Amino acid sequence: MPGKFDIHVLFNHWDRFAEGFIHTIEASVLALIGSFVLGVIIAVMRISPIRVLNVIGTVYVEFIRNIPLLLVVFFFFLGIPSLGLPLDGFTSGTLGLMVYTASFIAEAIRAGIQSVPAGQTEAARATGLSYIQTMLHIVLPQAIKIVLPAIGNQFINLVKNSSILAVVTGMDLMYYADLINSDTFLPLTVYTIVAVFYLVLTLPLSFAVHYMERRFRSADR
Amino acid sequence: MKKPLRWSVAFVLLAMCLVFTACGGSKSEPTAATGGGSTDTTASGNKDEGGDTAAKGGTLEAIKARGKLIAGVKYDTKLFGLKDPTSGKVEGFDIDIAKALAKKILGDETKIELKEVTSKTRIPLLQNGDIDLIVATMTITEERKQQVDFSDVYFKAGQSLLVKKGSAIQGLEDLKKGVKVLTVKGSTSAKNIREKAPDATVLEFENYQDAFTALKAGQGEALTTDNAILLGMQKQDPNYVLVGGTFTDEPYGIAIKKGDAEFVKTVNDLLKEMKDSGEYDKLYEQWMGVKPE
Repeated sequence: MPGKFDIHVLFNHWDRFAEGFIHTIEASVLALIGSFVLGVIIAVMRISPIRVLNVIGTVYVEFIRNIPLLLVVFFFFLGIPSLGLPLDGFTSGTLGLMVYTASFIAEAIRAGIQSVPAGQTEAARATGLSYIQTMLHIVLPQAIKIVLPAIGNQFINLVKNSSILAVVTGMDLMYYADLINSDTFLPLTVYTIVAVFYLVLTLPLSFAVHYMERRFRSADR
Repeated sequence: MKKPLRWSVAFVLLAMCLVFTACGGSKSEPTAATGGGSTDTTASGNKDEGGDTAAKGGTLEAIKARGKLIAGVKYDTKLFGLKDPTSGKVEGFDIDIAKALAKKILGDETKIELKEVTSKTRIPLLQNGDIDLIVATMTITEERKQQVDFSDVYFKAGQSLLVKKGSAIQGLEDLKKGVKVLTVKGSTSAKNIREKAPDATVLEFENYQDAFTALKAGQGEALTTDNAILLGMQKQDPNYVLVGGTFTDEPYGIAIKKGDAEFVKTVNDLLKEMKDSGEYDKLYEQWMGVKPE
């Protein structure tokens, strides 16, 4: 009965579900850290007063943000190896995720910082604070309220987007789901189980975002 | 404000239920198809002498009376039967075999009508008498022999390996630990290779083109699937070659209406003639790019 939900699939194929889940977590965590660091660097470049950095940051964001994730991943999976540097499916998938998500995180940070009224910066500078001091003590504490929930949303997207690894044999949850499906012919069961696995990762993130939004909103009142 | 909201939630849930059941239902179809179409390979069967249900009049007489041979062929299969979108011509190994048959029976290879068949439609079309025979990459199986008669094997299909020219891998025995073999998700080829080369790492892709691209990018050392597909890739890029022969047995035969022993003999005689005269080898090389093994 192909349409039926059969929970035994979860137990019979537990090893593959578990392996896929672990790889999804690994890819997500690695890409999350990497994209945050890279995102901060790009954001700083975008708002820095130095023109060259500014241009580099803008080009990065506009280029990466406006092409499909699949293309970025294929660049690492098919493009880089043909230049002589072999990257396996997991590595290229994770690198692609990192590079892609970093562009969104950079934008979130830039938008947050620039949402702080210019008068704040001017006033701070007028009192004698340096540019760095202004950033650290005046601008960033205010910007973080806008930035944190936005970054949280990007992390949720990142976890979901990690399913791209399935296309490049990254051995993630989605990859194994496809294989289990072709063994069992129970797509409804297999993909429902996979959905639950993803929710285990994304729901806590989602709650964290809501919590931050609520806290920052009440703090403003 | 509250009531309408509650209603809309209920509505959305109902809609989702419907969608889910619909998905469950439609996704079940390919399952049945896969189950039925799975190529349970059997020993290369010769013609089945099932003369008890002999077709009335015989196909051979019908063809001669009509003045043309109607052959069921594939229109979408590289090397065997493919319709050229620009010229509209259908060309391939299967097509040339069918033409040779027309020449033998009617003395003119142009006295032929090609009809497109798929794996699903070919047997019903043959049984209804819409086509005289099937030359459409059809594997001889015991199951199918219940429904149709088969000629002798005209193409030895089976799973094989495609590797980069000069690769150290020359056959199944070279697929040791650490070797990456590429194939397609959920295919019979994936199951077979896991059994035959348990130490190798199997990487499964969405489709054959993706797998071939990955092979070219160096994401694996070998690609495995049916030799008919691999021969097409080898033709497309001669830097990649088939090695180690076939390690599964899926012989293609020409299918004929059950019980028409006379027509089966005609077809087998022709195949033998073609093999003896070297015409078969010539056709094979023309389409497959290599000589038959």
